[in-house]
Amino acid sequence: MSYSRRRFIASASGVAAGTALPFMQALAQGATIKLGSVLDNSGNLDAYGKPMVLATTLAAEEINAAGGLLGRKIQVVQYDTQSDIALYTKYAQQLARDDKVDVAHGGITSASREAIRQTFKRANVLYFYNVLYEGGVCDRNCFVTGTTPAQAVEPIVEIAQKQWGKKVYVLAADYNYGQITAKWVAHYVNQRGGSTLQTDFFPLDVADFGSTIAKIQAAKPDSVCAALVGGAHLSFFRQWAASGMNKKIPLFSTTFGVGNEHLALSAAEGDGILIAGNYSQEETTPANKDFLARWAKRFGDTKIVHEIAVSQYQGIKLWAEAVKKAGSLDREKLIKALESGISVEGPAGLVTMDPKTHHAALDIKVMEVKGQKLTIKQSFKQRPPSDTAASCNLEKNPNENKQFEVTI
Amino acid sequence: MDYAAVVFLEILYMIAFLALTSAGLAVVFGMMRVINLAHGEFVMIGGYVTIAATRAGVDIFFSMLVLSPLVVGLLGLVVERIVIRHLYGRMIDTMLATWGLSLLMVGLVTLIFGNTAVSVTAPIQSYQVGAYQMGGYNLFIIAVAILLMIALWLVLRYTRLGLVARGAMQNADVASSLGYNPQKIYMWTFTAGAALSGLAGGVMAPLTGLLPSSGSLYIAKSFITVITGGAAIISGTLASSIIFGTVDQIVSFGSTPVIGEIVMLALAIIVLRLMPQGITGRFFKNST
Repeated sequence: MSYSRRRFIASASGVAAGTALPFMQALAQGATIKLGSVLDNSGNLDAYGKPMVLATTLAAEEINAAGGLLGRKIQVVQYDTQSDIALYTKYAQQLARDDKVDVAHGGITSASREAIRQTFKRANVLYFYNVLYEGGVCDRNCFVTGTTPAQAVEPIVEIAQKQWGKKVYVLAADYNYGQITAKWVAHYVNQRGGSTLQTDFFPLDVADFGSTIAKIQAAKPDSVCAALVGGAHLSFFRQWAASGMNKKIPLFSTTFGVGNEHLALSAAEGDGILIAGNYSQEETTPANKDFLARWAKRFGDTKIVHEIAVSQYQGIKLWAEAVKKAGSLDREKLIKALESGISVEGPAGLVTMDPKTHHAALDIKVMEVKGQKLTIKQSFKQRPPSDTAASCNLEKNPNENKQFEVTI
Repeated sequence: MDYAAVVFLEILYMIAFLALTSAGLAVVFGMMRVINLAHGEFVMIGGYVTIAATRAGVDIFFSMLVLSPLVVGLLGLVVERIVIRHLYGRMIDTMLATWGLSLLMVGLVTLIFGNTAVSVTAPIQSYQVGAYQMGGYNLFIIAVAILLMIALWLVLRYTRLGLVARGAMQNADVASSLGYNPQKIYMWTFTAGAALSGLAGGVMAPLTGLLPSSGSLYIAKSFITVITGGAAIISGTLASSIIFGTVDQIVSFGSTPVIGEIVMLALAIIVLRLMPQGITGRFFKNST
């Protein structure tokens, strides 16, 4: 085949158009601010992830309706990680390298957070983790708006010990969240002169708890602590109630309610379980009522709104506040703004970013499951993340990049 | 003493669980030598039928004991007519086809019910063993498993239907020359196997809750039980259920359920190394 002049011109102009395209994309990017999000919108963990995805949409739409940030609209780039850790690494890379997002929010389990945190740090993409977790992450690029054990586990251990007695039997999910949280539970129990009789760990797909329930009865604890995670672990609460134990040994949990477990169980199965956290739908503050009304207007069903959906919403609002304050999307300027003692009033109360740990001080409620609702029994204003603060000081050591654990 | 009784009941429950969830696979694999990789999904769909029917107001026992086997049996019939019957004697092809089928069923159930955990409340009260509270529903599962095994044995051993089925499986040509249509017998056997899987799914649903991916929870254990059991359907399934159920629970009580499952898998490898034809390949050779 001869290579004619006409063909050359055709192909050369094609090449020219091809090279021009990235410039045009860059121009288009200038128009919107990209908010990257990686969450499990399906699979074993979707009860956690689905409402978080909706909360992300709601927060972004509200900011846009109010005129956007810096005169620009927010565009959400959301990837469904399908409860699969491998997809987290993949999509985090994609958000950082291809989509070149201005900020990333996301990750649900602690395993998923650790899978993506370093990716965003290396790519200099500011990262927000908006879920309750085991505490201790000390990383200047990472901001946490969920509760840590010092905030939510300590008050509930305190109440459980006072109300029910000193001996606790701990059941926990078998990955970093459960392992480290179980240590914190033991730590707080020991501090108060109690003891943990035994700690059992369960992989996320275990759904048969028959032998465990018998073992708990043999150990005769005063209370049981459940740090269980996901759809399969829900069977524990069901089998616990089916054996009638829910009327004999009281149960408290560090995770129950976060995935709307109280709606998946019947009232008879869930009643009486004690939990502590940042959020309950029963909250009567105007901020919460307003939030639920806006959610209802946008999505209809408010039943699915849970703590970490609210955390995600608050995390995005906090980031938006920081952008306004910094007047820029520059990462350094944003970190400075976030370290200025900045706070937002969310549906769950005041969220104040602590400059030393990059964790938030939060309002904590102790709640009891009653008739498929989380009724608030006691509230604590602005509890600080003192567990993480004990070992992490990013003002002094800005290059720190690790997760501290409690030593017993 | 009470504790020993509790452990014993949990062992019985685990044996019943294994026997119940493996029975469908045992019939299909043991009689037809068809490896049905969609077995777990048949069980899962049986569970969804029970949950959907109960939520629609149908009595829960009727849902699990009648509706689940019926619906999944019909599904099995359709699958056999459309897919399996073209693949008899082609083991690898059947595995591939049923695996694809299992993915399809997971997808369909996800589409209909969503990828979320669903459940119904167990319909039986708890009871007291000495100082211990036990789930009463476990006893129901044990009873269903025992009745099922007895019924299966009676049908295979003492009815003309069972005789013809066993005959066709042993030698299709001879059965055919005696005037029986092996195609038809295969069809009904597969349907019966599917119905048994549906029954297991329905009965287990209140205890574990369900996800569209729950099939994988059953398939591994069922396969280990059936393969280790060997050619004889009932005595094989029973023998391996008893061995694995006992070991799994004793280890679970001594350590954790995770170690229990590991030991069970390790044991399966050892048993199959010593008895490649399964337990009934060496013992109880002439049993059903």
